[in-house]
Amino acid sequence: MPEEKEGVAEELMKSGVEEEIAELIKEEFMQAELTVDFEELSDMQIEEAYVEDILVMLGREEEGEVKLGDIELKVNKSEMPEKIKDELKKKLKVVRRKLSSENLDEILGKIAEKYEKAQVEPREAVGIVAAQSIGEPGTQMTMRTFHYAGVGAIYITQGLPRIIEIVDARKNLSTPTMRIKLMEECALERNKAEELAVKIKETHIGDIGKIEASTEDMSLWLSLNERELEKRHIKKEDLEEKVKGIGTDVLVEGVEDGKLRIHGNNKFRLTEFEKKVSNLLVKGIEGIKRVLVRRDPDGEYVLYTVGSELKKLKNQKIEGVDFGRTTTNNIAEIADVLGIEAARNAIIDEMMSTLEEQGLDVDARHITLIADAMTMDGEVKQIGRHGIAGEKSSVLSRAAFEVTVDNLLEAAIHGETDGLRGVTENVIVGQPIRLGTGAIDLVARK
Amino acid sequence: MKKGKFSILEHELVPEHMVIEESEIKELLDKYKIKKGQLPKIKLSDSVIKEIKAEVGDVVKITRRSRTAGKSLSYRLVIE
Repeated sequence: MPEEKEGVAEELMKSGVEEEIAELIKEEFMQAELTVDFEELSDMQIEEAYVEDILVMLGREEEGEVKLGDIELKVNKSEMPEKIKDELKKKLKVVRRKLSSENLDEILGKIAEKYEKAQVEPREAVGIVAAQSIGEPGTQMTMRTFHYAGVGAIYITQGLPRIIEIVDARKNLSTPTMRIKLMEECALERNKAEELAVKIKETHIGDIGKIEASTEDMSLWLSLNERELEKRHIKKEDLEEKVKGIGTDVLVEGVEDGKLRIHGNNKFRLTEFEKKVSNLLVKGIEGIKRVLVRRDPDGEYVLYTVGSELKKLKNQKIEGVDFGRTTTNNIAEIADVLGIEAARNAIIDEMMSTLEEQGLDVDARHITLIADAMTMDGEVKQIGRHGIAGEKSSVLSRAAFEVTVDNLLEAAIHGETDGLRGVTENVIVGQPIRLGTGAIDLVARK
Repeated sequence: MKKGKFSILEHELVPEHMVIEESEIKELLDKYKIKKGQLPKIKLSDSVIKEIKAEVGDVVKITRRSRTAGKSLSYRLVIE
C-alpha cells in the first residue's frame, strides 16, 4: 500500500516541532492583537500578498509598516533552523502591513526564546532516550514477516530482522535489493523499462541454451534457444566472442541446425569445462538474479532487483539508468560507493521506512542520532560489541555490556584504568552518574 | 571535475562536501571549544573525498538536508 505509506510520511514530517512552532507563531500573533486565521489562508492568498509586495517595491511603499527587506534580514539573522525561518518569513510577509517594527522584534524574540527552550538541555541522556524510543515500538514489531512488502513477488526483509540487520551493519544481507530509477525517456514507457531490465539481469549461457558434453570428441555442443536469444537481445556473434574469451585455445564453430560446437583446451576436464561455459556471463550484471519492472504511484516505471551490485551498475553506465536516484538496501555498499555521508542518509532512510512500514511513528531525530553514532569514525560501525559498544574507553562499561570475563581479563593483562566518567561505570560502583543534575559540581567559595 | 550522470556527487544520497579554510576551522573549533581530533571523521579513501581531492588534516563542511531542520551543517575531519 504505497499510498498509505506516503500519507504516514507526510504526517510524520508535519507532526512534531513544526506544528508546535506553527502554534507558537499563531499565539504570538494573537498576543500582538493580530487576527489572521492561517488555516483559512489559502496558497492563493499568500501569493496575492506577494504580488502586493512587488507593487510596494515599485515605489508604493507606505510609512510605518514593516518592510519586506526587514523581515528577510531579521529572520535570517536569527539562529533558527532553515525550515522555521522559511515558515516565519512566509507568514510574517502576509501580515506585515499590520505590524510595526517593534512588533516584529517582539515576535522574533519570543519565537527565538521558545525555540531555545525546546532544544535538548546540556547533559541530557539523548542516547538513552533514543534507545527507548526505538525499543518500545520495537516490541510491537513483527518478529518475522513473510508478507511480500512493497514489490509483488520479491520478498524483502522487513520489521525487526531488518532493523537488526541495519544496526548490526551487516555486510551480507538476507535480501539485498536495488531500486533502480530510470531517466525520463525510459521511466514513462513500459517497453523501454522492460528492455533495460533485460540489460541488467544476469544472463548465463546456461539460461539461453542447452549444453551437451560429448566424450567422443571431448567437446561441448551448445544448442541455443532462439526465442530466449531474441527476448534478451543477444547476438550469436557476440556470444561466440564471449565463449572464445574463456581461453586462448578455445575454438567455436557453427554447425548445422544452429548448434555451436565448442572445443575446450586440455587444461580443463570436460565436466569442469562444461560448468565454466554454462556459468559464462553473456549479458547483464553478475549478481542481479532477477529484475522486476513496477510502476510507482507517481506513474514512473522503476526496476526492483534481487541482488544488489551498486558499484557494477555505476561502472557499466547503462544508458537510461538514472544513477543519481538509484538506491540499494545494502548500506555497506552505499558506504563503499557513495561515501560515509550517503551511508548515514541511507541508515536513516532505511530505518525510518522500516518503522513506517510497520505503522510505527518514531521521531527522525532518534534515528539520526543512531546513524551519527554509527558513522562517526568514517566507517559504518555496528552498535554492538564489535562496534560502538566494544570501543568504549571504559573497562567496566565494556564488561557490563557483553562477554564480561573476557573484557576484564584483557583489561587486567594490559593494566587498564577506568576513569569512572561514563554512566555505566558509576552505576556499578554506586556513585551518582554524571548526567543531568549529576553533571553539576558544587564549588565552595573561600 | 567531470560530472557525468553517473557522478557520485550528483547522487541524491550524497550531500555537498566542501573543504573549508584554516580560518573557518579555527572559528568552528572556538565555537564548540573542541580540538580538531574531536570532530567526526571521514576517511581519505571515502569516495567523495577522493572526488573533491581533500587531504589528510582538512576539515570538510557537509551541508545536509535534514528531515527536521530543513538544512543542517556538519563537519568531518579527513583522516587516513
